[in-house]
Amino acid sequence: MTAPRPTPTAEPLLQVRDLRVAFRRRGEPDTLAVDGVSFDVAPGQVVGLVGESGCGKSVTSMAIMRLLPRRGVQITGSVKMDGEELLTLSEAKMRERRGRDLSMVFQDPLSSLNPVVPIGLQITEVLRRHRGMDKEKARQAAVDLLDRVGIPDPRRRVTAYPHQLSGGMRQRVMIAIALACRPRLLIADEPTTALDVTIQAQILELLKEMVAETGAALIMITHDLGVVAGLCETVNVLYGGRIVERAQRHRLFGTPRHPYTHGLLRSIPRLDAAAGEQLEAIPGSVVDNLPWAHACAFQPRCPRSVDRCVEVTPEAENTGGRLLRCFNPVPASAE
Amino acid sequence: MDTDEATAAPHASVDGTGPLLDVRDVAVHFPIRRGLILDRTIGHVYAVDGVSLRIHRGETYGLVGESGCGKSTLGRAILRLEKPTFGEVWFDGRDIAPLKGEELRTMRRRFQMVFQDPMSSLDPRQSVEGMLMEGLKAHGLSRGPEADRARLRELVEQVGLPAAALRRYPHEFSGGQRQRIGIARALCVEPDLIVADEPVSALDVSVQAQVLNLLGRLQDELGLTYLVIAHDLAVVRHVSDRVGVMYLGGLVEEAPSQALYDEPLHPYTRALLSAIPVPDPELEDRRERILLTGDLPSPAAPPPGCRFHTRCPWRQPERCDTERPELRVVEGTVGGHRVACHYAEQIRSGTLQPHKVEPAVAEDVLGPGAVPDQPGSVTEILGR
Repeated sequence: MTAPRPTPTAEPLLQVRDLRVAFRRRGEPDTLAVDGVSFDVAPGQVVGLVGESGCGKSVTSMAIMRLLPRRGVQITGSVKMDGEELLTLSEAKMRERRGRDLSMVFQDPLSSLNPVVPIGLQITEVLRRHRGMDKEKARQAAVDLLDRVGIPDPRRRVTAYPHQLSGGMRQRVMIAIALACRPRLLIADEPTTALDVTIQAQILELLKEMVAETGAALIMITHDLGVVAGLCETVNVLYGGRIVERAQRHRLFGTPRHPYTHGLLRSIPRLDAAAGEQLEAIPGSVVDNLPWAHACAFQPRCPRSVDRCVEVTPEAENTGGRLLRCFNPVPASAE
Repeated sequence: MDTDEATAAPHASVDGTGPLLDVRDVAVHFPIRRGLILDRTIGHVYAVDGVSLRIHRGETYGLVGESGCGKSTLGRAILRLEKPTFGEVWFDGRDIAPLKGEELRTMRRRFQMVFQDPMSSLDPRQSVEGMLMEGLKAHGLSRGPEADRARLRELVEQVGLPAAALRRYPHEFSGGQRQRIGIARALCVEPDLIVADEPVSALDVSVQAQVLNLLGRLQDELGLTYLVIAHDLAVVRHVSDRVGVMYLGGLVEEAPSQALYDEPLHPYTRALLSAIPVPDPELEDRRERILLTGDLPSPAAPPPGCRFHTRCPWRQPERCDTERPELRVVEGTVGGHRVACHYAEQIRSGTLQPHKVEPAVAEDVLGPGAVPDQPGSVTEILGR
């Protein structure tokens, strides 16, 4: 494993403030998918967004990329890149920035690659559009990129269609496309969830190498705590559309303070655990439209809930480099 | 647990002392067909290719492997949802591979399955009560309306659902609850063996533990025997007494779960274990990863010799690409640790060290190799 790079102290590259995304449907109350999420990403930093399905992690990334539909979606708050507000940028200007400054790798490469266009063309398209390369130069660059992401025989592979490649290879192509214009921010949304573990290890290693090489910042979105443990410097844990805990990875995994983080870590079967150890399951499951408005959304499943949890919404408090949203956190010495 | 796995013991006896399940050299080959009028068979997908294993009463056997390794097909062949191309499946002293019709149907009461996706394996238009009653009636376990109702209530309570759940439909439940219903449905005919194919992989992490704990509790209460099939080695290790690792249609290693984790002997198992991320940054920073290059070869054209030799970092110039290794007990290991590798002893002692492997050209990966250039018959396209 490569050692994580030191946390840069420069101006944040990306600044997300109080981001809210509501899905509206006629005759029904709004569904708040993201409910006031704030975080920073420094240049070259690797940040993790972790949570279960429905916690709003993917919607957050789609909102940052401005990929959500206009109709029926209300986005408020602020997303600034280099100090420039992305949420109010014109569609044309945003298109300019997507791919060049910030790009994304999705979970399922088969549905995010165009099935009827050879992969080479899908890479050269980006290069010609954003870097103004001519046809021959772009083709050469595409071959180099495919070679760089570890695709054997890239000169012949440029003419292959996505269905002719295996899942791991397709994800490598996605990474090549995303990094073609050397963006400064890469968002990876569950990039390895559809892959087998041995292939997942290859892709994570590649992502790590690529961000180190290009100096891009990475937002890693995943449900897998194991993936973030080895990759991200700062980890944000989301529940019900809000960040419930944020800390540097060693602190978060070493002494998880929020009952949700704590419970999550205890409920995963671990390879290095003693045999016959009973898992401590978190009771219940995630429900839609969580009542953050005047209570803690995790309270119904929380073993440490106190009276205040059902009366007041816990605010996120920042103490000693750790953000925590809880009235009765797990004592730091409990681990 | 028996330690004489490799010695040829007599077939499982009916008196309940031998293994409950004895799978002998089972293979499932799917034909690849082509042509509209002349429906020619142009090859086979060797999904399962000669697997032998035994599961004892009350034991949990875990089967792991990556997608395409044949673990699900093997599970289905054991339940006779797929007819084995050859081989024997002895269940409680009886070979069920050649059974058919009514005989097979009655036998099925004793082995049930829990599927991966509870939403698509439960009938959306049938209430939980209807679903469970169907099983009872089909196997003649119905003992009148009063007794049946009591039995169903007991069943849903056993899997941790309220009795009111009986009148509800699958869509009214969350993923974890649906999986509980799937388990109740398997339990309702009082089986001896439950084959659970990826029982928790469709569930959120916080809910997975609930279902795993439930499976463990039910085994203690009812004395069930499990075959748990999963891709997640951490899950399998947690629930299983013994674990078998599959690669490209064959078992490459089998050991008590603790031994497998403490001392993986097959190169593939080593790579698999080292690839699994652990939620512990300290450990993640220290770990040595064995990165496998390339993809899984196509099961339609498996490599000769050891199936793993194309990706193996310990590959030797001799034997590996010519002779297929048998699953054998390695001397000096605990609990009948079986490995299919010619060089298991040398790898174990460290005399052989891993080396770099060039990725195989993607021609022979699953996908392009398995699929002919032009689309063939309709059955072939639909069969994909």
